Amino acid sequence: MAFLEVRGVHKRFGSAHILRGIDLDVELHQVVCLIGASGSGKSTLLRCINALEVIDDGVIRLDGDRCSGSGIDVDALRQDIGIVFQSFNLFPHMTVLDNITLAPRKVLDLSREEAADRAMALLTRIGLAAKATDYPDRLSGGQQQRVAIVRALAMQPKLMLLDEITSALDPELVAEVLNIVRDLAAEGMTMMLATHEMNFAKEVSSKVCFLHEGQILEEGPPEQIFGDPTEERTQAFLKRIIDAGRL
Amino acid sequence: MLTYRKAAIASLVFPPAGIPALYHSLKAGKLARQGEIEPAREQGGKARDWAWISIGVGLTVYVVAFIVYLLFANHGDVRKVFFGWSILTDQKAWRSLLKGFWINVQVFMITEAIVLVWALVVAVVRLLPGRACRPLRFIATVYVDVFRAFPAILVVYLVGLGLLQAKVPLVGDLSRMQYVILALALTYGAYVSEVYRSGIESVHWGQVAAARSLGLSYTQTLRHVVVPQAVRRVIPPLLNDFIGLQKDTAIISVIGTLDVVNRARFVNNAKGTLAAYSMAALLFLVVTIPFTRWLEWLQRRSQSRTQGGR
Repeated sequence: MAFLEVRGVHKRFGSAHILRGIDLDVELHQVVCLIGASGSGKSTLLRCINALEVIDDGVIRLDGDRCSGSGIDVDALRQDIGIVFQSFNLFPHMTVLDNITLAPRKVLDLSREEAADRAMALLTRIGLAAKATDYPDRLSGGQQQRVAIVRALAMQPKLMLLDEITSALDPELVAEVLNIVRDLAAEGMTMMLATHEMNFAKEVSSKVCFLHEGQILEEGPPEQIFGDPTEERTQAFLKRIIDAGRL
Repeated sequence: MLTYRKAAIASLVFPPAGIPALYHSLKAGKLARQGEIEPAREQGGKARDWAWISIGVGLTVYVVAFIVYLLFANHGDVRKVFFGWSILTDQKAWRSLLKGFWINVQVFMITEAIVLVWALVVAVVRLLPGRACRPLRFIATVYVDVFRAFPAILVVYLVGLGLLQAKVPLVGDLSRMQYVILALALTYGAYVSEVYRSGIESVHWGQVAAARSLGLSYTQTLRHVVVPQAVRRVIPPLLNDFIGLQKDTAIISVIGTLDVVNRARFVNNAKGTLAAYSMAALLFLVVTIPFTRWLEWLQRRSQSRTQGGR
């Protein structure tokens, strides 16, 4: 049984049928990249996994436990699943340190000192310890996104979901964020990422899934998906990426 | 250049600035005819500046002059009625008014404290999610609709006199001051809850998504993420409502509270002018303006803390 199991998941927003039967396994320590055009359902899938969206059909299991449908404790589930968004979503009225320690203090009941220690250790690792008392809008986009990653990590999640985390960044800031993801992958963090950074996907992922109109059309190891895709639409998508000079 | 001349002629309504405007525009026209385009433009620019000054300063001067004229119209009757010197310098009158004004200040401060909390409760209830909370949302909505529709003066009558007369349980035996506070809190609570609500709704959903995804509950998200941001955003409209409340404390005079308005009426009755009302108005002014500046300062400070870099 896989660490994360997604079975027959459907999601509709009104009349728009966004996810049309998604089946996906993520093993422990795997890095799974979701690629596909905008609107193909990558973000929605990630948001369904940590129950930010309620699925209409199907089931999702984490570590053997059902984590979709009625009667689940979403707050408990979300302690195990961290998510980082395209738009950072740091809390603007709190310092960097408070952003990171809020959930550990309020959800895990850590003392202020314990939470701060944990946060400072993480900030030191990503080289932002000096920014601990700054407010988010004093930071560059790359720094904000690194803080957002650390904020999720401070909850010590078992699974990290990264939703196009470099798409809102200036090109020169992308690398500093991806480096952290690379480190996490090397440490064995289980991750799912929706991304347009094909080279990065090729480099870090254990498995790549190509989404098209709410379905996983093709999945496999990165060498196969990027090197020898079998599906016509995967080929077309990758051709567009290559033509745009992004692969 | 012709347009400058027109503006300059128009601005002659206030000659001290209008004459330089006309002078420069004539000069500009002359230079233009000689083909000296650059200097002509410069003169034209000066003419335009003077024309604007003429309008800005001129209008102000005329408005002030008109007010002064009013004050001395009818052999100074206007001045005597509104600013009768004998009352303005009457210490006993001032003491009496200040005593009354202290009631207004108390009513204002207590009501404001209540409204700040009460309105937030109403706003949060109106935004509760889920079908289970629909009845609660409904009640809160009805309350807001009803009390925003009622003129404050009627609420003061109904609450201040009615509850006592009808001996309503729990609230049938309060002091007059407590009744007016209750009445104003009910009225302003409805207004201010809408201000809060707009603030809460203006917080981007991404903030909620981020907080919830970290495992914070709905209540924790409201408490630590949404409400603090919402409150910061609604400070200016909130301020506006509280200045309104401060003035509306004058309404409590209608049920016989010995506030500044009623005391001013006594003074006027004794002296036969309206100057005591002007004195009461002055008292409101003296409190409201520093209060406004102080809150603006508080807001600027909190902004410069969270938006330091830019």
